[in-house]
Amino acid sequence: MLLSLLAIALGVALGYAVHLVNRAAIEELAAGVRTLAGEADLEVRGGRAGLPEEVYAHIARLPGVAVASPVLEVEASIPGSRQSIRLVGLDALRAALIQPALFAEDPAMRLELLKPDVAFLSPSAFAQLGGKNLRIVSGTRVHELRVAGAISGLRGSTALTDIATAQWRLGRLGELNRIDLRLAPGADREQMRARIAALLPEGAYVATLDAVEETGASLSRAYRVNLNVLALVALFTGGFLVFSAQALEVARRRREHALLRVLGLRRGGVARLVLAEAAALGALGGLLGIALGHAFALAAVRVAGADLGAGMFRGMTPELTFSAGAALAYALGGVAIAVAGALPPALDAARTAPAQALKGGDEQAMFARAVALWPGTLLISSGFGLTWLGPVHGIPLAGYLAIACLLLGGVLLMPWVAEKVFGLANPAHVPTALALAQLRGAPGQAAVSLAAIVASFSLMAAMAIMVASFRSSVDEWLGAVLPADLYFRTTASGETSWVDPELEARVRALPQVERAVFLRSSRVVLDPGRPPVALLAREGVDRDASVRFPAMGAAYERKAGDPPPAWVSEAIADLYGFFPGREIRLPLGGTAHPFVVAGVWRDYARQHGAIVIERSVYAALTGDRRANDAALWLKPGVEAAALAAALRALPGGELLEIAGAGEVRRASLAIFDRSFAVTYALEAVAVLVGLFGLSSSMAAIVLARRREFGMLRHLGMTRRQVGAMLAAEGALLAVLGVAVGLVLGGAISLVLIHVVNRQSFHWSMDVHLPALLLAGLSLALIVLSSLTAMLSGREATGMGPVRAVKEDW
Amino acid sequence: MNRRELLGLGLLLPVSALAQVKYPEVTPNHALSFPRDHGAHPDYRQEWWYVTGWLKTQKGEDFGFQLTFFRARPDIETANPSRFTPRQIILAHAALADPRHGRLRHEERAARTALDLAGTKEGSTNVWLDDWFLSLDKDLYQTRIQARGFSLELQFEAKDKPLLQGQSGFSRKGRRPEEASYYYSRPQLKVRGTANGQPVTGTAWLDHEWSSQYMAAEAAGWDWCGLNLDDGSALMAFRMRGRDGKPVFAPPGVSFEVLKEWKSPRTGTVYPVGMKVRAKDQVLSLLPLMDDQELDARASTGTIYWEGAVRALRDGREAGRGYLELTGYWKPMKL
Repeated sequence: MLLSLLAIALGVALGYAVHLVNRAAIEELAAGVRTLAGEADLEVRGGRAGLPEEVYAHIARLPGVAVASPVLEVEASIPGSRQSIRLVGLDALRAALIQPALFAEDPAMRLELLKPDVAFLSPSAFAQLGGKNLRIVSGTRVHELRVAGAISGLRGSTALTDIATAQWRLGRLGELNRIDLRLAPGADREQMRARIAALLPEGAYVATLDAVEETGASLSRAYRVNLNVLALVALFTGGFLVFSAQALEVARRRREHALLRVLGLRRGGVARLVLAEAAALGALGGLLGIALGHAFALAAVRVAGADLGAGMFRGMTPELTFSAGAALAYALGGVAIAVAGALPPALDAARTAPAQALKGGDEQAMFARAVALWPGTLLISSGFGLTWLGPVHGIPLAGYLAIACLLLGGVLLMPWVAEKVFGLANPAHVPTALALAQLRGAPGQAAVSLAAIVASFSLMAAMAIMVASFRSSVDEWLGAVLPADLYFRTTASGETSWVDPELEARVRALPQVERAVFLRSSRVVLDPGRPPVALLAREGVDRDASVRFPAMGAAYERKAGDPPPAWVSEAIADLYGFFPGREIRLPLGGTAHPFVVAGVWRDYARQHGAIVIERSVYAALTGDRRANDAALWLKPGVEAAALAAALRALPGGELLEIAGAGEVRRASLAIFDRSFAVTYALEAVAVLVGLFGLSSSMAAIVLARRREFGMLRHLGMTRRQVGAMLAAEGALLAVLGVAVGLVLGGAISLVLIHVVNRQSFHWSMDVHLPALLLAGLSLALIVLSSLTAMLSGREATGMGPVRAVKEDW
Repeated sequence: MNRRELLGLGLLLPVSALAQVKYPEVTPNHALSFPRDHGAHPDYRQEWWYVTGWLKTQKGEDFGFQLTFFRARPDIETANPSRFTPRQIILAHAALADPRHGRLRHEERAARTALDLAGTKEGSTNVWLDDWFLSLDKDLYQTRIQARGFSLELQFEAKDKPLLQGQSGFSRKGRRPEEASYYYSRPQLKVRGTANGQPVTGTAWLDHEWSSQYMAAEAAGWDWCGLNLDDGSALMAFRMRGRDGKPVFAPPGVSFEVLKEWKSPRTGTVYPVGMKVRAKDQVLSLLPLMDDQELDARASTGTIYWEGAVRALRDGREAGRGYLELTGYWKPMKL
């Protein structure tokens, strides 16, 4: 009972916590977009390369445009820090018309903001700086902005500055990357959108604000859905535990119910009684879950941030708000699951004729019906069928459904499997033979325990296989993408720092450097409805595959006359349908340039996709000769530390972040583990509850068989032998359950790896079986199961055979 | 001090070493010359073209209107080559006083002179802010104001030469010699055009004024009126008030006396919306077209003031019409 309650509470808590955190994150994101975008009707966004300011002047003059507010916003790097700050350069005079909320407190701030090198900060950034100037990195130089105050409407880590200051200090004179537009009354939004779109250079786009918000929200959708599914798993486990607990309870109280019937309670009354008990349990679990969920969410946001460690909403500090509606919905969900779990036993209790039940001996009636073969087979085959379906709005619904089908089908097949398997052998050892006979003779009770083992163990195995595969694939991938000895990049975060050609030449000329490969990373928008993708311009990719990336599948042999090659990550191949040999267009420097897809590569770093092109091609097309990071090979006999010291001594070198391949690898794996920490923890808790549920149901079954043990004692079995028989029963059940669970878990892990992960994150991975872990878990389960059976047996046989049999009046 | 701090200081230097902008001084005996002085004087700290007037629809309804273009040169000296560097700011507001509406319809704008989206020209009146503009061709001013709640498309014909205020256009605003402006008016402008799409006619008044130090430090605001009298003459009067409400400066012979006060339900500010004006030999009672002509210009010039159409009565009979401006009653003005 307590465990059913706990499982339901946990399921509700998980679901509610995920909901709370997500809502807070999404609201925070939307509020951020809203305050910064205000009453804008349309928003023009340039790619990383931005928009020429002349385009802004052109758009501002269009009839139908009431206000056009120019913006240059970047994720500015902060020297000596892993943090970045969103630096928004705007024209306060224009912005005040579209975002009145920004300056509502004190309109004089607009004039203060016209001054050179002045910034207003979001409250959190203001508090963090504590009165000091805001220092930002531009290239390898540091600029200081005087902090004039805080603006309460700004969220996260944000700074406002004048557009002219932003252009100058960031080295982006003549450039903007966003224009907020308010249309004149009566102007047709769609028509205006089309007219403006026609004016924009390649790579820039215009969208309504809703679309902008949606892109932001879609950033983390797959992640959120995964967490929600985890919550569902917990709820499902809870429901299952309610079912097994209630089924045993109904079996135990058969005579009590029959007596109530005889005393005048109607059929429906008995069913209602059972259901009411379950509903009360569900309600209690639901309430507990809501409280627990709130606590979970609070802790999660404090510790891991709004994205629960997935690194998607940096710099956000969302506030949780209690929502009565959602709380009620989740609590009711708990009640519904509990009632659903109790429904089959309740119906059975109502159906049983009182006279027969009073006589006793037909406790198996309810379970007998489940032995049919076809429902399980049907579910399993439809589960396999579902894996062929694609995602729905980027969410692998069919994959989740397939897992549910496999799980349920497997559970439903268990009575049949048990009957067949336990019918095979007939050993001479008496306790074992008796155990087998019991399992054969009362397949229903065995099936309930078996189902619990199979359900929880297969989920556990599936998660273990999936995570192990993922981690080993990432590990292998890191080895492939980090071939050099030493790496450096320009500060940890932000997009305003870069290495200029002068510093690049100095690095190449260092006597310790055998070879240096520089990389320029930027972002391009291929589809306004999707987040931007990373564009990596790397030198030598044309000739040298080793500095490239781990390639997947066949490469395309370029023919004469083909445009320059581009290598796309799996996410790009999946999302945009780019395949080797296809000609694509990439918006570079305001024009769409043709490229041919030369191959697909595996990338775990950028979920929204990355495209690699040759750096010389990129530089020729854009004129951009800056770099963001570099891979360095040491001359023989040179220590990495010596090179690092030489790098730091270069002018501008003090801002570089330098790390050896090993360090990068360790840091990356640490990030990986952190991202999955919450997932692991939740899964572990859910599975643990399942396991304890299993042992409790085991115990209940054993206790219900006291009369039988009394009889066996009368027939001459010792308590020891009864104990051995129970241990054998538990072990046999567990062995079968674990065997089936492993098979089922393997199948589910394949669905997780090849369908769910692939469709959610567009990451392929190689299956890796954590054999030791699985063996350990199997053994633990078998031992736990026979131990529980034996311990409950000791209790059940403790009262002495005479009393045990006497109870059977 | 470590190296990083030293580096920081070096980078900071341009900020702290900001040179103050040197504005030209307004001096007497500086002859105004037209059409050159109809144009902008971008070196001076501030400048405005201020048009007020009465309109009549074909049905005989009276409206007051006010439209203003300000130019300001911020006290910002920077080497920033960005075209967005705010070297000149243009502000504009327009208001329509419709007695049936009971309060002003008003819109204001502000923009820096970047990318020619806003600006002024020298040589003749030509000032614009996005699609709002005021321009002069020979003796004909043109303006078009498309606002959210109203629209004005008007032309003003000037028959007379500019009326130079003060000493030949040198207008003192305070006791100190540098507290002065160059100031001329164009009264009795013939108005034709449309308001909210309806044909209108009327009479208007244009002020063009530029200076580098308009207000004395002790002044909090001013009272001003510009009246087109029915006999074809015109009267302008003003006084500067101190923070205690008492006059701190007025041209010789000018005085104001409160006839009627009105308290704004929005800001709680009390304005003397009816005034008795004495200037030289004239005594006129000014009564507002409607009491509520308070103008919230916080989004452009950063202040709230009263700027309203008034009738000028001599001995109880209407003798002309014009505008009364009351600033510094909400909070002391800052220019």
